[in-house]
Amino acid sequence: MELIFFVLGGVALISGGLVVFQRHPLRSALWLIVNFFAVAGIYLLAHAEFIAAIQIIVYAGAIMVLFLFVIMLLNLRQPEEELRFLHLGQKVGGIILAGFTVLLLIYTITRVALPPGKALPPGLGNTESIAKLLFTDYLLPFEVTSVLLLVAIVGAVVLAKTRLK
Amino acid sequence: MVVPVSYYLALSVALFALGVIGVLIRRNVLVIMMCIEMMLNAVNLAFIGFADYFKAVDGQMFVFFVMIVAAAEVAVGLALIVAIFRNRGTMYVDELNILKW
Repeated sequence: MELIFFVLGGVALISGGLVVFQRHPLRSALWLIVNFFAVAGIYLLAHAEFIAAIQIIVYAGAIMVLFLFVIMLLNLRQPEEELRFLHLGQKVGGIILAGFTVLLLIYTITRVALPPGKALPPGLGNTESIAKLLFTDYLLPFEVTSVLLLVAIVGAVVLAKTRLK
Repeated sequence: MVVPVSYYLALSVALFALGVIGVLIRRNVLVIMMCIEMMLNAVNLAFIGFADYFKAVDGQMFVFFVMIVAAAEVAVGLALIVAIFRNRGTMYVDELNILKW
């Protein structure tokens, strides 16, 4: 179990690093798909089968196809000889800031004492229990979500159709 | 047998840091959005790890909603990127300095 976790985590980390340090955005997008699949595998390890399926369908399927579509649509043909980073000062500052973020996260996580986990209650499967919660306790957020998606659709259509001048 | 929750948190922190580095370092708007997606994924991973640890499905519900918000964000964000590219002809954030007067 732990071995699978380490393999998948290593794949996720390496592909994540390649997303950041690839020259062309197309390659970044392809490595990000690898990253999403590795994370979906970890979800499977954590007994979240429904979320793993949704991860592959929504993230690796829909969102990344949208990304690739936009990359193809914009037809980025600039020569990318050197990695087009920001200036050196901003580069160093960015890495320092990221390091501080990591330190802060580690500090916070290690300070909290976790209560011991409970035993798994028998009965419902993963998808079934999610559906039950979704239509009882989380009904209002679920409905609000549909409005959010509607707004996003309208916004995307308006932005894509109007010519900004 | 069971993967401890600290492993999930460590991987989550590492992925989040990679996303932060990408957002702060890269100039291409598309890559910056991909790094934001990676950070969202890292947070989802922490949620799933805790959901597994506490044997509660609520963490998975949060991941579900985070994914929906991410989908909406990507749709609007990519539409914005296309509009900006058609208008300004560039994808690099340091060349998009129209607000810098």
